[in-house]
Amino acid sequence: MSALGRPLVALMSGLLFGLGLIISGMVNPAKVVGFLDLAGNWDPSLILVMGGGVTVTTATFWLVLRRQRPLFETKFYLPTKADLDGRLLSGAALFGIGWGLAGLCPGPALTGLATLEPSVVLFVGAMLIGMVLQHLTAE
Amino acid sequence: MENFTPLSALAGGVLIGLSAVIMLVGNGRIAGISGILGGALTSRGDERLWRALFLAGLLLATVCYSLVAPAPIIVDIQSTPVFTAVAGLLVGFGTRLGSGCTSGHGICGIARFSKRSFAATATFMLFGFITVYVTRHVLEVQL
Repeated sequence: MSALGRPLVALMSGLLFGLGLIISGMVNPAKVVGFLDLAGNWDPSLILVMGGGVTVTTATFWLVLRRQRPLFETKFYLPTKADLDGRLLSGAALFGIGWGLAGLCPGPALTGLATLEPSVVLFVGAMLIGMVLQHLTAE
Repeated sequence: MENFTPLSALAGGVLIGLSAVIMLVGNGRIAGISGILGGALTSRGDERLWRALFLAGLLLATVCYSLVAPAPIIVDIQSTPVFTAVAGLLVGFGTRLGSGCTSGHGICGIARFSKRSFAATATFMLFGFITVYVTRHVLEVQL
């Protein structure tokens, strides 16, 4: 049951996530930059994407986490760190700069990869290199 | 604000939220893209399999949508190749260093009332706003 359920849940979750990014328009970097450009022709759509997503998760996560365990795993795998540190904040800052430069974060980049648009392929290649570099330089 | 698309934005956001709920209730994991992708690069076996399937789901979404939707998916990157590559490096390095991106910190972390996720989300939003402001309105460069 779990051997079948686990991969199926992962695939369905990815599929829904991707559809959400496409339907909301967030797969298009120009639309994301339109949100980040407060002084330009501002497009507040991203607020509603985040708002819709956060409303669903906030309304349900606490209820899910009252369960002893998830359906197909023996336990919940949740982040354990609780305190703010330099890595968290400098990482978020670097990510924010990159996000502002191209208008892409990891989800839309991977979802858009299937369009085979050359600039997305370039971005994802560089993103993978960045992830590996971080892994190699981490203590 | 003629670009504002409130209904499709809200509908898409709800789907993203549902995706995160399915992942938590089914597999007990956070649907954070950078964490799932980073882990897929470094893990093995079952651990790698579910991550690969989640990522395949993202790609499959584009394929499925393209098969049924009347209009093509628009992916318009306005930056030049050099800045696109720099942006990719920063996003890859930064999301792993900062333990998450828009999904893990933004959509999931806030729902767990995580102090770290609130701080990370505020930080990457702020730096995103600053970067666009500086490049478009101060330096006025073509990225």
